[in-house]
Amino acid sequence: MNSAPQEAVFYILAATIVVFSVMTVTTRRILRSATYLLFVLFATAGIYFQLNYSFLGAVQLMIYAGGIIILYVFSILLTSTDKDKATRLKNSKVMAGLLTALAGAVLCVFITLTHNFGPSHYIGDEVPMKVIGTALMGTEKYQYLLPFEAISVLILACIIGGIIIARKR
Amino acid sequence: MFDFSVVTHWIDGLLRSFLPEAATIVVECVLIGLCLLVGYALIALALIYAERKICAFFQCRLGPNRVGPYGLCQPFADMFKMLTKEIIEINHVDRFLFNLAPFMVIIASVLAFGCLPFAKGLQVIDFNVGIFFLIAVSSIGIVGILLAGWASNNKYSLIGAMRSGAQMISYELSIGLSIMTLVVFAGTMQITEIVELQNDGWFIFRGHIPAIIAFVIYLVAGTAETNRGPFDLPEAESELTAGYHTEYSGMHFGFFYLAEYLNMFVVSGVASTLFLGGWMPFHVPGWEGFNHVMDYIPSIIWFLGKCAVVMFIIMWFKWTFPRLRIDQLLRLEWKYLVPLNLFNLLLMVVVVVFNLHF
Repeated sequence: MNSAPQEAVFYILAATIVVFSVMTVTTRRILRSATYLLFVLFATAGIYFQLNYSFLGAVQLMIYAGGIIILYVFSILLTSTDKDKATRLKNSKVMAGLLTALAGAVLCVFITLTHNFGPSHYIGDEVPMKVIGTALMGTEKYQYLLPFEAISVLILACIIGGIIIARKR
Repeated sequence: MFDFSVVTHWIDGLLRSFLPEAATIVVECVLIGLCLLVGYALIALALIYAERKICAFFQCRLGPNRVGPYGLCQPFADMFKMLTKEIIEINHVDRFLFNLAPFMVIIASVLAFGCLPFAKGLQVIDFNVGIFFLIAVSSIGIVGILLAGWASNNKYSLIGAMRSGAQMISYELSIGLSIMTLVVFAGTMQITEIVELQNDGWFIFRGHIPAIIAFVIYLVAGTAETNRGPFDLPEAESELTAGYHTEYSGMHFGFFYLAEYLNMFVVSGVASTLFLGGWMPFHVPGWEGFNHVMDYIPSIIWFLGKCAVVMFIIMWFKWTFPRLRIDQLLRLEWKYLVPLNLFNLLLMVVVVVFNLHF
């Protein structure tokens, strides 16, 4: 973040993320909640684009906006009726939730303040696609073929599990 | 060949000469946005006219012929009608989501529209993951359609939205795989580089068999992705009145209408960029004189001409084939197109590895 407009865009994105995250958990309509979550994910993608990491930004749009949120909306459409509103929470539950959130926030702030971050912004051009590809598919140090394959096995297990649950009537 | 970056650099230099850098960027963003929206609207109007005329000729009618010569002013008249119509507020709907949905659809299609290379040096967004970014932003539109169907509080709209969701998620796979086939061939995802690589022959000729298979699959999947006939189940008017946009009126309906036509333009723009060389003229390696003559035709005409050809093919099969059933539609995708696509991807890898292309 070196210039004023860059900083302005960053603050707009950050404010969007904060506001819509809070709205996601406070709204009482489930589909609105999914929509606000979508906005949060858009703003996160915006931050990736600002860091000049357009691959991760595009992946964020593709996987979350184009995949996960659509699955959420789909399952909401299939399972709930249109008059579905969450009942108001009891005071004790609200307090417990707030306390947990506060504890999480304290932990996050503590880690953020004590961690020694690298340079605050990426210097140089976009990361070339070939570098990302070899890093994902290589077997040497700092390359990620094993986790990549492990995750695909996990996803395969999820797919099979989903089919089995759906077929049991 | 005229390079449009001369013009854009001149405007950039002019603005920088009397504005600070930050202000220049803001002004340029606004200018580019305005140009894109004007181009978007004009192309949509031209497409609506073309669709009505072509449909009419397929059905042995004349089509619009009252407003202006050959009915040329008909889309403008339609546009003003749409703009002046009242937007009706419907009771018992989720108003926020109901009003948000058309904007999601239109934003997705404008973003995808912005990625297209219109002419030499005339491109707005050029990431090194360009084509992937284009697919990613165009998938936002599905959320808009699902929200529209749900928020309308109408069972026909909901059925339309569900069909549309199932259809678009399935066919996104085919689109992605057929684009990936061509990315394997090109070795890059940056759109300008893809166009530049087709300097000595378009990919559909140089990649021969796998490229042609990918082109056909892309056309089928692209038509399904834009919800056009014969895959227009989401808005099948004889079954669902108008599907997900039944309850919309005035310009909100207009947004869905515009986005549908522009998505067709985006699909054909991507097809012509990947397979037919984008704005690159028709070059045959070795025929210097011929190539030189072809260079005299401006690049923007090449691009729009190729798009027009692809769009004509899409309209052609809309008005020729009857509508599919939902089970036929899903079977076509999952049992035929996806396996064929995976096989085709493998074939393309073999072709590239053993250097069997031209």
